[in-house]
Formats: sequence, C-alpha cells, structure tokens
Amino acid sequence: MATQVAIPLYDQLSKDFQQRTVVPENEDDTLYNWRRRAFDKFRQQGFPSIRQEDWKYTNLVPYLKEELQTDLPSHDYNEITPETVQKFYINKLEANVLVLVNGELNTSLSSFHGDGDVSIQSINSAADHELYRPYMGKEIDLRHDTLAALNSALFNDGLFIEVRANAVVEKPLHIINLYTSPKNIFLQPRHLIVAHKSAAVSIIETSANINNDAIVWINSVTEVYAEQNAQVNHYVLQSGLVNTREVNHTEVTQHTHSLYNNYTVTLPGADLVRNNLNVNLVESATETHLYGLYLGADHQLIDNHTTVDHRKPNCFSNELYKGVLAGNAKAVFNGKIFVHREAQKTNAFQQNNNLLLSDKAVIDSKPQLEIFADDVKCSHGSTAGQFNNEALFYLRSRGISESSARSLLVSAFAFDVINKIKVGALRSHIEKLINQNLQKWYASK
Amino acid sequence: MLSIKNLHAGVEGKKILKGINLQVNAGEVHAIMGPNGSGKSSLASVLAGRESYEVTEGDVTLDEKELLEMSPEDRAREGLFLAFQYPVEIPGVSNINFLKTALNEIRSYRSLAPLDAKSFLALTKEKQKLVEFDAKFTNRSLNEGFSGGEKKRNEIFQLAMLEPKLSILDETDSGLDIDALRIVSNGVNRLRTDKNAFIIITHYQRLLEYIVPDFVHVLYDGRIVKSGTKALALELEEKGYDWLKEEAQLQEQV
Repeated sequence: MATQVAIPLYDQLSKDFQQRTVVPENEDDTLYNWRRRAFDKFRQQGFPSIRQEDWKYTNLVPYLKEELQTDLPSHDYNEITPETVQKFYINKLEANVLVLVNGELNTSLSSFHGDGDVSIQSINSAADHELYRPYMGKEIDLRHDTLAALNSALFNDGLFIEVRANAVVEKPLHIINLYTSPKNIFLQPRHLIVAHKSAAVSIIETSANINNDAIVWINSVTEVYAEQNAQVNHYVLQSGLVNTREVNHTEVTQHTHSLYNNYTVTLPGADLVRNNLNVNLVESATETHLYGLYLGADHQLIDNHTTVDHRKPNCFSNELYKGVLAGNAKAVFNGKIFVHREAQKTNAFQQNNNLLLSDKAVIDSKPQLEIFADDVKCSHGSTAGQFNNEALFYLRSRGISESSARSLLVSAFAFDVINKIKVGALRSHIEKLINQNLQKWYASK
Repeated sequence: MLSIKNLHAGVEGKKILKGINLQVNAGEVHAIMGPNGSGKSSLASVLAGRESYEVTEGDVTLDEKELLEMSPEDRAREGLFLAFQYPVEIPGVSNINFLKTALNEIRSYRSLAPLDAKSFLALTKEKQKLVEFDAKFTNRSLNEGFSGGEKKRNEIFQLAMLEPKLSILDETDSGLDIDALRIVSNGVNRLRTDKNAFIIITHYQRLLEYIVPDFVHVLYDGRIVKSGTKALALELEEKGYDWLKEEAQLQEQV
C-alpha cells in the first residue's frame, strides 16, 4: 500500500485490529466474522485515494498526516456538567435530549432514556445482538467504501434507537454530540436507527467541541431503516470547529410507503467535512427529500456525496443542495441517481446551486444520472454563480449598507433550503447561526 | 436642493453625458424627456451611484453635500431615491424585511432610533393605503413574480415608506396600463410637498397629464438642449424630437 506510507494511522489501525484477535466476550462469532471481513477490505484498499472516482476532488492525505490516537480518552469527560450541556440545547426546542461524548452515550447527561415508544441503547451494550443483526451493515457496500468498512471493523460505540411500530413520537430526539480530547484523536461512532412499521420520528443531530486544542477526526457510520409506512425526518447540523475533520456515512434503507427527509446544514468551521449519504429504495412507493446547505469559508473543504438508488417502481425522490463559498473554501457536490430497470414510474429530481463569493473559492459539482428504466421522470441541474450586482445595487440604493445587502442576498440564497426545515425552533436556531457566520465571513468583499 | 453642474459621465470609455446642468429646488417637479439613447436613464444611474458609470467631469450636490463622492447607500440616506425602470426580483428577501432594514439603516444614519414593530406596521399600513399597494404583496419575496405594474407600484410604495427629499422616477410609466398609471400618479401626487422634489424621466407626455411638472427638459446626445414648461411636453408630443435634433446640430455647427 504505497499510498498509505504517509498515513501513520494505517499501521496503528492494523495493530488495533490484531489486538482484537480474541473474540470479545459479548460478541458472537457472526458479528466478529463480519468485522473481520470488513477489516480485510480496509486493509487491502487502505484509505481512499484521489485515484478513486468518488474521492477525486477530496484528498484525505493532508488531513491524516498527524499522529492520531485511536483509544478513547480516559473518562475525564466526567468533567462535563449538565450546565455545560445545557449550553448546547436549542432555544425553545421541546425535545428529548441524548448526549454523546466522543460518540458514547452518556446516560447521566441525557435527559431521555427511552419510553414506551422509543428504545435507546448504546450499540455495544445492546444486550441481545439478535435485535440489530438483521440491520447492521445490511446495505453498506464494504468493497467500495473502505472508511465504512474501517468503521464496521473497529467502531467504538454509538446509539441504537428503535421506534416501535405505530408510535408517533411527538417530541424530536435531539442528539448532542460532544467532543473533547486532550490529544489528537480518531473516533469511529456507529449508530443504528430503526423506525418500525408506521412509526414517525424526527431526529436532530448537533455537535460541539468542548475544546479544540487537539484534532478530532471522526469516521462515523449511521444506518437508518424506515420500515413500511414509517416516517423519518433527519436533521444534521454540522458546526465543527477548526481541527475537526469528519467523514460521515449515512446509509438509509426505505421500505414501501415510507418517507425519509434529510436536512444537512454545514457551517464554516471544520477543516474537512465529507458526507456520504446513500438512500436505498428497496421497495416501491417511497418518498425521499434530501436538502443540503453548506457554507464554506477560510480553507474549509466540504464534500457532499449523495446516492439515491431507485430499485423499485413508483418511488419519488427530490434533492436540493445549495452552497455558499467564501475565502479559499472548496466544496464538492456529487449526486448520483440510479434508476434500475425494474423501477418504472420513478420520479427523481436533483438540483445543486452554488454561490461563489471569492475568486479563490472552488466548487466541483457533478450530477450523475444512470437510468435503466424507460418510463421515468428525472431531472438534474447544477449552477455556480456570483453575486447579482444589480440586486446588490438595488438594495444599496434603498439605504442598505453593502455588508447588510450581501448578508441579505446570502440569506435569500439559503432560504429555499432553510424554509424546508419543519421544526420552527431548529429553523430559528439555524437562521441565527447563519447570520452570525454571514457577519463573520460573507459580509465583506 | 439638487444642483448638477457640467456633468460628464460614461461607461467603459464611451461618453454618454456630455455636460448636464440642472437645478432642482424643493417643491418642484422636473420632467426629463428625450429620444432613446439620449442619456436619460444614464443620468438617473449616475445620480444613484451605479458603479458601472464613470464620472469624468462636473459636480453634483444634494443640499450642499457632494453627491458623487458618496456610496449608493449614503446617497439614499441623504434623501435620494431612484425608482428603477426595471426593479430587480430578489427571491428569498421578503418585501417587508427589506423595507424594515432599509428604513432602520436610514434612521440610524440620521441618528434616529429604529422604529419598533408596532410603529413600523402602522407606517406600512398608512403608506400602503396612500399608494394603493395591496397588503398581500408586502410579505412576498421582493418583486418575485410581480407583474410589471406591480413592480412599479412597489417602487412607489418604497418611495412612500422612505420619504426621500429627491425622487427620480426612471420611466416609471413604461409598460403600465392606464389603471396602474393612474394609481402610480395619484401616489406621487399625494407624496408631493413643498419640501421634496421629483425628477420624472419619461418618453411620453401622457404621464405628465397625471403628474403635472413645473419644468420640462429635453435631453439629447448627453445634453439638455431645451427647457420649458408643460407646454414644451405638448409640443414634443405633437412635433416629435426631430426638430430639436436639427436645432441641436445647428447649434453645434455654430
């Protein structure tokens, strides 16, 4: 693996896995064998390289050159007080709060521990692996996704959330991810969310760094299953700080008549954000909406790869991703839509619009449609543009300062996506964060 | 109020305004007419501070302050208003939020406290009524999906809200049906006081039947070639611009 020479972590991970040759006590053979196969895939292929089509525009090597620790820091996070956690609550949001520290469920900081409708467990302590075996890793393609394979082999811990059949959960689940480490760290959280038949739930993920002296590298995998007639609204707010590097793999599987909506908002801060969002429509008559907003600034790299896999007839998918890039920021959008031969009467739409605010900002946008059925409606579009100077002049001619005018125009650009967020308190929270960032990054020339 | 002296300006080296002189006093309405390409809209753009125009010579003062040295927003804050010939559609910016931002930035420039929500709403209602602007438009995105007439009415509504000293209406009548023209004109007439002034740029004499000007100027080839009263507008309607063009060329030869 010539390309891995520059990555000290590669050897470290191999050592980690060897230490696991003894099957852990609470892990049965099947799970262990699955992890073993996953690690073999990773070992063969190593970290993704720019020679792979899906990683052509995102070179991970510069983000992996430091020494990274793979053991979770000792439980010095007991220092995190409930008062600290409350700072990360969303104003006026009525939610059931789950707190994860470095990817591990912290029950004492969480306000919610499950009820008749929702069961919450840490994925490692899920007493009976039978519960999640039918789901775990079922749709993830370990051959093509070596980071997901690595996570499968060596994940630390995470959440296993089940929403029981017919349960309509009124309050959203708010998952607060806190990161804190005295040393550079490589974390691999693993989450599994199952909405059983006719269940309805909204999940909001936010994150915060308690300190950012050290590098926090996150390689996460989240699997979401929307069973028959289930409805899942999945909100992901990414506001990592400098020194945060993250690759998030989200694998969604939808059964018939299910609805899955994903809203991913990425704010300026983290060095690297790569989101792999794959939606597998394994049965007919599903509905899917993917909304993304990414604001890049400074030297940030934000890469969104999405796949919608239409395997069965009569499914509807719609995707709208918008990006605003300032400074030396770079973004990648790659949206794949596959329509299999069997997937007649598919409706699949995709749009990616970008606003570039500096000469040095870059967007690589690549819509990709592969259609094998003959009776479908599909469209895709991609744009990259600059400020409309006429609009800027119009606003200024009414007495609005140039910086306010620029802020107004960026907000207006983001409006199509923000407006889709159904939880009012979350929408206000995100609008507020966007405004703060507008003042900081986008208001001046 | 407004004093333009020997104003020369152009775009990308092309001379468009070639020595404009104009004095507008409080309480006056001036009409500027002229054939296509004579520089009417360019004059409006230069006064409002559109960046693509370069001023090569001359002075413009608004109440003794040098206008040409100010940013577009400062000109607006000093009391200049341009009603656009082609108002811009800005999806995602609500009309009301836009007006609130504009009004409060102007107030802050004049060291006034921002209007509270209640007073702002009251002002909005009053001005909507004054210019017969349908309330349903105020919460929509700025000009998005508005018809030509609705956009022009929105310009007059903004004018009413911001209460400028000097308003420039750039071909506000073009593309308006007679009902919209009447509404727009009534609005302007109601807003006229002895403390403000209007410059009305138009092709057609028809608008001047609704908004009666004190002075009419004819712009041709970047200069004001003739000034007069409302009677001049009628004469132009009857005889066209050709006789003035000839006159202007004769003068040049002399």
